[in-house]
Amino acid sequence: MSGIPHDHYEPKSNFTKGVESRLPIIGLLHTTLTAPTPKNLNWMWIWGIVLTFTLALQIATGIVLVMHYTPHVDMAFNSVEHIMRNVNGGHMIRYFHMNGASLFFLAVYIHMFRGLYYGSYKAPREITWIIGMLIYIMMMGAGFMGYVLPWGQMSFHGTAVITGLFGAIPFVGESLQTLLLGAGAVGQPALNRFFSLHYLLPFIIAGLVIVHIWAFHSTGNNNPTGVEVRRGSVAEAKKDTLPFWPYFVIKDLFALAIILTVFMAVVGFMPNYLGHPDNYIPANALATPSHIVPEWYFLPFYAILRAFTADVWVVQIVNFLSFGIIDAKFFGVLAMFGAIFVMALAPWLDTSSVRSGRFRPMFKWWFALLAVDFVVLMWVGAMPTDGIYPYISLLGATYWFAYFLIILPLLGVIEKPLTPPATIEDDFNAHYGPKTGGTAAKPAE
Amino acid sequence: MFRKLTLAAVLAVSASAAVAESEVHIEDFDFSFEGPFGSYDQNQLQRGLKIYTEICSACHGMELVAFRNLHDEGGPSLPEDQMRAYAAGFEVFDQSLDDGAGDYRAATPADKFPGSSLSNAPDLSLMAKSRAGFHGPYGTGLNQLFKGMGGAEYIASLMTGYEEAPECAPEDFEGSYNSAFAAGGFPESCIDDHGHHMVPGSWIAMGQPLYGEDLDFDDGHSNSLHHEAQDVAAFLMWAAEPKMMARKQAGLTGVIFLALLSVLLYLTNKRLWAPHKHKDD
Amino acid sequence: MSHADDHQGTRRDFIYYATAGAGAVVTGAAVWPLVNQMNPSADVLALASIRVDISAIDPGTQLTVLWQGKPVFIRARTEEEIAAARAVDLSDLPDQNAENENSVVGADASDENRALSEDGVWLVQMGICTHLGCVPLGEQGEFGGWFCPCHGSHYDTAGRIRKGPAPRNLLVPVASFVDETTIQLG
Repeated sequence: MSGIPHDHYEPKSNFTKGVESRLPIIGLLHTTLTAPTPKNLNWMWIWGIVLTFTLALQIATGIVLVMHYTPHVDMAFNSVEHIMRNVNGGHMIRYFHMNGASLFFLAVYIHMFRGLYYGSYKAPREITWIIGMLIYIMMMGAGFMGYVLPWGQMSFHGTAVITGLFGAIPFVGESLQTLLLGAGAVGQPALNRFFSLHYLLPFIIAGLVIVHIWAFHSTGNNNPTGVEVRRGSVAEAKKDTLPFWPYFVIKDLFALAIILTVFMAVVGFMPNYLGHPDNYIPANALATPSHIVPEWYFLPFYAILRAFTADVWVVQIVNFLSFGIIDAKFFGVLAMFGAIFVMALAPWLDTSSVRSGRFRPMFKWWFALLAVDFVVLMWVGAMPTDGIYPYISLLGATYWFAYFLIILPLLGVIEKPLTPPATIEDDFNAHYGPKTGGTAAKPAE
Repeated sequence: MFRKLTLAAVLAVSASAAVAESEVHIEDFDFSFEGPFGSYDQNQLQRGLKIYTEICSACHGMELVAFRNLHDEGGPSLPEDQMRAYAAGFEVFDQSLDDGAGDYRAATPADKFPGSSLSNAPDLSLMAKSRAGFHGPYGTGLNQLFKGMGGAEYIASLMTGYEEAPECAPEDFEGSYNSAFAAGGFPESCIDDHGHHMVPGSWIAMGQPLYGEDLDFDDGHSNSLHHEAQDVAAFLMWAAEPKMMARKQAGLTGVIFLALLSVLLYLTNKRLWAPHKHKDD
Repeated sequence: MSHADDHQGTRRDFIYYATAGAGAVVTGAAVWPLVNQMNPSADVLALASIRVDISAIDPGTQLTVLWQGKPVFIRARTEEEIAAARAVDLSDLPDQNAENENSVVGADASDENRALSEDGVWLVQMGICTHLGCVPLGEQGEFGGWFCPCHGSHYDTAGRIRKGPAPRNLLVPVASFVDETTIQLG
């Protein structure tokens, strides 16, 4: 499977030979587990395992919660409270699921920004990147629909706002919104179908994760230098790599254990800190909470959605040129989805000859600004829409698009990159010293 | 976390066009259940139950809490016979009685507290969790994190927040002035030229429920307004989060085990990589 | 991996085993709640035992209460019923087991072993025929006890099967007196 030369699995016993000739599953597991992995991967490469674990956590706790949850407008809220009060350990399971969503998004954002910094999206890993973006979009869908299920005030009115986004699409918007909700307003049909889809999406995500892993096993992992593994021979490749098991499995599990320690503290001691108190009030169509704020992980894109108001000249020009079809509301929706779309286009927008940001002196600063921009957008997304905040949103949103559409293509032309090390082995040895022969190395105390 | 920065905004349903939101005064009460090792004070919960029973329940309900919960460990822990006697003091409608026509009977431990008798008196089961949305200082949410300020502080502050109406307000303005309540009515005459509220809080529909020395406690505890407010707030915190003790215990056990596992995995990882790394990092 | 000396090897092995062991414990502790949540929840358990007021039951009448979705017969027996039940020779019984969840395993089906009270007045049993689960009718049948109309099983005044297809005596559930006028089921 892997494009990097490696030892192939040879069945030894008659039994394994027999199995392997019928279904080469042992070979597949062997190839996957021993995948040659660049030995210079740093601690930013642990988030994939964290994400895989979190997906499993969400699916396991989710299936269990469904055993007690009732997707009915009259009973959903109380069934969640039944889980919190009566089901054995139900309060922990529910808090794990609730905060698991936050862990999931925290990990995916770090994972994505790692990819953006080290150029993991660049050829030949475009497909890995695109699949990753698909996973991210599915996660957003699952996250949003999961938030609807407790049927509290935020669930209810958040649903109205988010499905309202689709209502902004010209001509078909209103019918599309009705199609999504199954009614003119948020109610039983919406709750029931979001429940169904919330159960379905994680399994689609799981399938996409397998394809994601398949894709980067085919190209080999990227690494902090962006230099490819040497592929001349198995022996040569082995100088640059170590097998995934046990080296990277243990390393990743170590990182995972630390992250889970912190996660456990959050769940045990402040499980509602990231949630919204209004969602402990049962849904009431007649009383809207004064501020509808999405969960923290949607805020950057929510800020972009709100940034483009009717008084922004770009919006006015587009409105004029489109004969009024694209109004400010629809422009905002386009901008929000566009912000994700331009990120997906990164492989083709980045013109640099060097992959890793480590060797791009100018890129580093623009990238750091993008990370800051993301955090600023997250903060401003929770702020009211008056005073200075709209200007900050607009500035942040503009930089987001400028980074991908202007800076990334331009930097490749004007920037003079540093010279990366010739091989991964060189990079590794520069950090950890050259290998001193095969046997009886000095004790590593 | 960031959307928690919306602070009092969450509470402020400013129906009027007045732009500025009410500043509210929330006092940082010292509750026994704060912090990773804090736990409910059984006597305090029992006092809170008495206040709830004799005063709050006149208007409010608590539909999500069952009578049997009063006997649960980590809660008020009423002795079983007292809990049964308490339940029997309530009547519930049972559809299965009288051959399906339904009839009233005395409540059993498995029944739940009755609901609210007034449409504008919200259910109190989750009040302490749904009112945890004030996050000072300056909207950073740090008070909740470091001082453990949450819904219980809000409820206690609300109970003690009834004050003499400020002079700027008209005599007949509807409701009672409360310095901890943000979501109520606010007279135009108390808003200055810049649109800012001249006094904290707003006018709440609920009349002052506690004045201090409203009832006597069997354990002889002080029945001053401040103490009563704190007791009933603690009780409502328990009603909203009855499994808090179990949760903190599970959290602590989990943190200890995972920390131990982290150390072991660190050692394993170090040892595993040692033959390949020849310089200390 | 194998170029460490023996001393190092032992230490390495110890750390590896300790880590694997701790990992297994943590995994187990994480999986157990996911299974345990399927056990009856607190609200279900709260209904597992109910209290029944028996002060209104006169001798010779019975109260049928619903407990965990099943009927339970609580009967105050008359002197004659008790005498009739105690006069039976145990060898005449098809099922010589007490079928009483309150008594020791293997207790015989004497009336004393089935009645709830020492004096034999109170008899508490599940109102479910041991044949195919119909609800037997009281004060009917050839033995003056219960009669199941579905397939004609006759029970005597101690609820023991005497004639018909039912294989066992009516089950006596876990029950006890809380006070003189209250019985707790479960």
